[in-house]
Amino acid sequence: MAGNTAERNYIISKKIDQFFIELASVFRFMKRFFVEVWFPPYEFREVLRQCYEIGVKSLPLISLTGFIVGIVFTNQSRPSLTEFGATSWLPALISIAIVRAMGPLVTALIAAGKVGSSIGAEIASMKVTEQIDAMEVSATNPFKYLVVTRVLASTFMIPLLVMYVDFVALMGAFINVHQNELTSLTTFFVEVFEALTFLDIFSSLIKSTVFGFTIGIVGCYKGYTSSKGTEGVGKAANAAVVMAMFLIFIEELLALQIVNFFRFN
Amino acid sequence: MREKVIEIKGLKKSFGDLHVLKGVDLDLYKGENLVVLGKSGTGKSVLIKIVVGLLAQDEGSLTVFGQEVNSLPTKELDKLRLKIGFSFQHSALYDSMTVRENLEFPLVRNVKHISESEKDKKIRRVLESVGLSQAIDQMPSELSGGQKKRIGIARTLILEPEIMLYDEPTAGLDPITCGDINELINQVRDEYKTSSIVITHDLTCAKMTGDRQAVLLDGKFGAVGEFEQVFHYTSDDRIKAFYDYNFVN
Ligand SMILES: Nc1ncnc2c1ncn2[C@@H]1O[C@H](COP(=O)(O)OP(=O)(O)OP(=O)(O)O)[C@@H](O)[C@H]1O
Ligand SMILES: [Mg+2]
Repeated sequence: MAGNTAERNYIISKKIDQFFIELASVFRFMKRFFVEVWFPPYEFREVLRQCYEIGVKSLPLISLTGFIVGIVFTNQSRPSLTEFGATSWLPALISIAIVRAMGPLVTALIAAGKVGSSIGAEIASMKVTEQIDAMEVSATNPFKYLVVTRVLASTFMIPLLVMYVDFVALMGAFINVHQNELTSLTTFFVEVFEALTFLDIFSSLIKSTVFGFTIGIVGCYKGYTSSKGTEGVGKAANAAVVMAMFLIFIEELLALQIVNFFRFN
Repeated sequence: MREKVIEIKGLKKSFGDLHVLKGVDLDLYKGENLVVLGKSGTGKSVLIKIVVGLLAQDEGSLTVFGQEVNSLPTKELDKLRLKIGFSFQHSALYDSMTVRENLEFPLVRNVKHISESEKDKKIRRVLESVGLSQAIDQMPSELSGGQKKRIGIARTLILEPEIMLYDEPTAGLDPITCGDINELINQVRDEYKTSSIVITHDLTCAKMTGDRQAVLLDGKFGAVGEFEQVFHYTSDDRIKAFYDYNFVN
């Protein structure tokens, strides 16, 4: 049995090694991004195209999800508030929950699935088919054209999508509240904005920007470093989603700590 | 003495335990088509990837226009790359762009202040050279294998390179299309005054396009010279086998 335990420990320690090795190479990749983003040539057109791809193409799915989250969350929160006769707190409760946590998280997770995987797969398949080599031999920096543009686009677009999702989710909540409590639109939004502080909105936007950056950089990293062969394409897409979601949760936890520090000091 | 554009001496390259190139010597002279023959997996693609700096050699020297490629800083390497056209084994067209955008891509990034009409003229000229003017607005996925190869060649020609590197330009094509591509390679040499390395394992292509032949055997060049000299007067069984195999099949 002793041999077995040793073997298992070995495997675990190897896995941990691999994790940190990968983390280090993600950081090196990030460093390269921060170096290259400042120097020309700037691929403005490609950034715009990517913004369109990321923003507009995620809209239908994100609208639907945001709306449903708004309705469901409101509906499920009502019973516990009814017990205390406090249903009038619903708009305040919901606005805080949506702006602080649900909006950014839902948007980021969906974008990690949709945007992260498609960036990962696209870049990986360009690598397999030697398109990245082709750019390099035509004296174009593929890192600038492919990575910098996509990371910038997702860093800009995710916060915008989050604001949009916040709004759509609040509309969903309003419909539910309106049906049950007969609250008017103005009253609802007055209550919503009374509950929110500048810190809530500001921190939510900063957090979303970090999420956006994470999704972009992880997708590009996984695509750019994928193994050759068609199998690598699927793996890159998959790994991009898993890693981005994992990091998003970690960042959410960190953000919570940081914001609480400011809120209570 | 003719001018050497590429000079390779004692070039070695391994991937882990796999020793691919084991001391390669080769010169490319100005204005010639040099054919590199060899079995699959002998490192032909690796060799020309080292020429453009996509891979780095482990040992030996490789100079292009007298510059040691391996030790060039990025800027200088990019300048050198503009003089080299690289036609990929699988075309490597940008599949999210139309043919026109594929051709524009290297052009707008490397030629400063080019006017729309000039750009258009250049694109039409290379498309005409490869005989595919009508494909200008098509996507790569709508093209056949042979057409993709041609567009790939057009994309490298657009920067008017002095050296062309063709990686298996005729692989996987029918004999007639092969013949067309071979003619295109010769036409490019004459029209654009290029010096070329043509990689192939197709002897018909070698014979049609090559001013000289070089046979890569087991990590080194087994024979270099004119077609007759290499294949008809050889004493090396491996070269004989290569020749026989090609013409029996
Ligand atoms: N980036 C790489 N990493 C590891 N091994 C590689 C790499 N590139 C090539 N090889 C190996 O080097 C050897 C030579 O590859 P290369 O692509 O040059 O062959 P080739 O002569 O072009 O063959 P083909 O005619 O099939 O194209 C192969 O065994 C290949 O597995
Ligand atoms: Mg090859």
